[in-house]
Amino acid sequence: MQVSFTLNGKPINADIDPRTLLVEFLRDQQSLTGTHVGCETSQCGACNVLLDGVPVKSCSLLMVQLDGCDVISIEGLASGETLHPMQQAFHENHGLQCGFCTPGMVIAGIGIYQRHGDAVTEETVREELEGNLCRCTGYHNIVQSVLAGAKAMAAAEKGA
Amino acid sequence: MYQFDFAKPKTLDDLKALREGEAEVQYLAGGMTLIATLKQRLAMPELLVDISAIDDLKGLSKTADGLKIGALTKHADVASNADVKNTIPTLAKLAGMIGDPQVRNRGTLGGSVANNDPSADYPAAVLALKGTIHTENRSITADDFFVDLFETALDEGELLTAIEVKTPTRASYQKFANPASRYAIAGVFVADLGGGDVRVAVTGAGPCVYRLKDFEAALAKDFSVDAIKGLEVSADGLNEDVHASPDYRADLVKTLTMRAVKELTD
Ligand SMILES: Cc1cc2nc3c(=O)[nH]c(=O)nc-3n(C[C@H](O)[C@H](O)[C@H](O)COP(=O)(O)OP(=O)(O)OC[C@H]3O[C@@H](n4cnc5c(N)ncnc54)[C@H](O)[C@@H]3O)c2cc1C
Ligand code: FES
Ligand code: FES
Repeated sequence: MQVSFTLNGKPINADIDPRTLLVEFLRDQQSLTGTHVGCETSQCGACNVLLDGVPVKSCSLLMVQLDGCDVISIEGLASGETLHPMQQAFHENHGLQCGFCTPGMVIAGIGIYQRHGDAVTEETVREELEGNLCRCTGYHNIVQSVLAGAKAMAAAEKGA
Repeated sequence: MYQFDFAKPKTLDDLKALREGEAEVQYLAGGMTLIATLKQRLAMPELLVDISAIDDLKGLSKTADGLKIGALTKHADVASNADVKNTIPTLAKLAGMIGDPQVRNRGTLGGSVANNDPSADYPAAVLALKGTIHTENRSITADDFFVDLFETALDEGELLTAIEVKTPTRASYQKFANPASRYAIAGVFVADLGGGDVRVAVTGAGPCVYRLKDFEAALAKDFSVDAIKGLEVSADGLNEDVHASPDYRADLVKTLTMRAVKELTD
């Protein structure tokens, strides 16, 4: 089947088997391996991407559902060498150890900022990371990173 | 996944034409349940029909005595919609408790209600708020709609189009969530619909959402924790799994009901 959509700003036309999941397409056909597969059962959030601007789990999306949509994976967030403010916040706040959960956490963090702005509380961040699992950090620095990332995203928007 | 064909109709007429074809049709809405089912090879549709582009299944509006919500309305939209928050805040709150933000960005009201998972949240709200389930050619009351485990009154291929619920004078939803999946181990929706009409709907505890009619009668007479303190919830036929025994669930249901009433009377 023919599917046309935008991926990280680039138009894509793909001829694919209707069973193909978005995460399989990203990793196996586009070599965009920043989107991880932790569970494949929509529990862990390692596969989060932005679909028309909002976070979704790419292991639970068929490519054929995406016709006409806009997808941004972790690779599409930075501008050149400059990290996205949420990525930079994870870097500065030591929001990762092995890094496996990190792409999904960054995308989830962007969603949290979109819903709550920079006044978001720690409690809300913890609550809304419900769908993201981390086996290393104990979450504390991830929560700090999202809080700092929300502030940085607000500052970047004001500056722009 | 087994092999399937795929179609994405834009109108109900296009959908009808697909249904009249040879292939056996299954609807795909948010896919938060169905895609996992396809992966496990527990579903084997010949033609998977993505209904998400059909405008007739969208929209949310106020009615004379409640809300009418299109089948495709996502959990995230019910949780954040101003009309829902103003008229039935408990419903917005319930939607915001489903799964996690990523699931709420995809999963739909129609998908949840059509699926009738025994631990899903929406069925409790739809049953307690005297819901009406609309399909292309009929309307079914919630009391008749939820039949049994994953079973509803929908016929083969019948499409759920919208759901209407009534605005209560007060309502509370109390959920004891499985900490891993967020599905309800037990959930109780208490709605005071005014004029001595009280409904108590229970999800998660049994094979299908059900009403606690003796609690309803007691609360209709006297809406207070004291009025239900002495009543018992039967453990007969309740679910048994690694998370909780039937006795534990029965106890939870009573506790959650009392919490709901307490919240509404404090
Ligand atoms: C990690 C995770 C956590 C979750 N936690 C919860 C939770 O806490 N509480 C809860 O209630 N749910 C939970 N869910 C389930 C979630 O709410 C699903 O979105 C919902 O059950 C199905 O909705 P959907 O739109 O994704 O439907 P789909 O998966 O697309 O479809 C589900 C079924 O309904 C049928 N269907 C869909 N739309 C229609 C229609 N309009 N007419 C007729 N049939 C239709 C489909 O054919 C299919 O059989 C969770 C899911 C996940 C993945
Ligand atoms: S791989 Fe998609 S949620 Fe875990
Ligand atoms: S940093 Fe290792 S899983 Fe989160």
